[in-house]
Amino acid sequence: MSTKTDWSADQPIVSIKDVYKSFGELEVLKGINIDVMKGEVICIIGPSGSGKSTLIRCINALNDINSGSIKVKGMEVNDSELDKLELRKEVGMVFQQYNLFPHKTALENIMMAPLKVLNQPIKEVEEKARQLIERVNLVGKESSYPGELSGGQQQRVAIARSLAMNPEVMLFDEVTAALDPETVNEVLLAIKDLAQKGMTCILVTHEMGFAREIADHIYFTDRGVIVEHGPPATFFTEAKDPRTQEFLSQIL
Amino acid sequence: MDVVWEWFQWLNSEHGIKLTIFYDEWDRNRFFGGIWTTIHLSLVCMALSIVIGMGGAWLQMSKFIWIRRIVQGYIQFFRNTPPLVQLYFFYFAVDSALASVTGIEGGVFSSYGWAVISLSFFAGAFNVEIFRAGIESVPKSMVEAADSLGFTSFQVFCYVTMPLAYRVCLPALNNNLINLIKTTTVAYAIAVPETLYISNQIWSDEYNVPEMMNVVWGVYIILVGILVTIMHRWEKSIRVPGFGN
Repeated sequence: MSTKTDWSADQPIVSIKDVYKSFGELEVLKGINIDVMKGEVICIIGPSGSGKSTLIRCINALNDINSGSIKVKGMEVNDSELDKLELRKEVGMVFQQYNLFPHKTALENIMMAPLKVLNQPIKEVEEKARQLIERVNLVGKESSYPGELSGGQQQRVAIARSLAMNPEVMLFDEVTAALDPETVNEVLLAIKDLAQKGMTCILVTHEMGFAREIADHIYFTDRGVIVEHGPPATFFTEAKDPRTQEFLSQIL
Repeated sequence: MDVVWEWFQWLNSEHGIKLTIFYDEWDRNRFFGGIWTTIHLSLVCMALSIVIGMGGAWLQMSKFIWIRRIVQGYIQFFRNTPPLVQLYFFYFAVDSALASVTGIEGGVFSSYGWAVISLSFFAGAFNVEIFRAGIESVPKSMVEAADSLGFTSFQVFCYVTMPLAYRVCLPALNNNLINLIKTTTVAYAIAVPETLYISNQIWSDEYNVPEMMNVVWGVYIILVGILVTIMHRWEKSIRVPGFGN
């Protein structure tokens, strides 16, 4: 399997080049280019249906692409020979609807992948899982089932579950969109903590204040193309494209 | 035990309630033998029908359309025809056809054997649909979450799809297995010595139809009651908060 390629830290850890993707007749992505360096935090914003979620789902091969190239640590995601396990060890993903396994406790949810996928010894896995529980501030909830946790708590378990695989890149797909307003903050804090400790993060989000605070670079997408991008300091104040201006005026 | 037997004898002589199955050793032995045959037949058919159900549900996920069509045809055939007709079909038609092909005289399988085959396929057809519905009830997003954690599709099936699907399946499976126990009485028609067949023999010999009818009711209520209790305990033990209830 042609997965391990030479990649060095001076190259983008995620490199998206001229990516096209359609669902049947519907063209969702029309020539997307994004480079993400290790440790960078990227926010992708834009109106509903602009292809944001599809884009980040393509990065860990949950959706395939029609043409172009997506490379993660030098691995070509669009390669049919790709060892998906190698890719998914590097890329963690957190979903809007948390998607925790409802028949497993919080701790078991976190332990499952390292145990079954990486075949790590149980003692080591459990110790790591407990550290992660502590990191996302859920001590005392280890043996709660997802159904017994609030949305914000479930989402933090989901973050911990992804971190248990020691990924290099984390993808967040509108992770606060399904949450009650009062629990949004606890999830954002957990992500912020990750970002500050140097995790490479790609977020699709509607939380503009948060994007402004933590992003190194913001991309605005509309109808499958990147309309405008830039560092938050200039992006929010000096947007040039009328579509960006309109979107920002509605949301800010 | 003798006290009990004597009490039933007294019940007969004083009140005319004739339960020979309790004080006549010959009747008692054949009657409990009949119950044992019912239990045995039910358990074997349950196990086989579950295996058939799982296999069928798995085959229905096949990418080859003709495999899915064969499974669908099997389900339609066994679901839409009466179990007694199926039993006759196996016992008379298939058996004699097999006998003429193989040259085995006196039937390829015993009547008990054909009852097992026929009833297992009958209940299995329903189980395929039950298991398929269970598998389809597992949200695709759950499978995606497992995918994105690096699980192989077989691991996803074992650790995510199956554990969730069988929680959804259990109530429907429960119903089908109860039905199966009750349907074992059709084996009467090909002289499998199960509860109803033996009871019929006893009431023909002893002229105690009303008594034996009540006993037969009681036997099935108890047998089904035991199954229901076990299945409910099982359902309860695997219940998780916030899922499927």
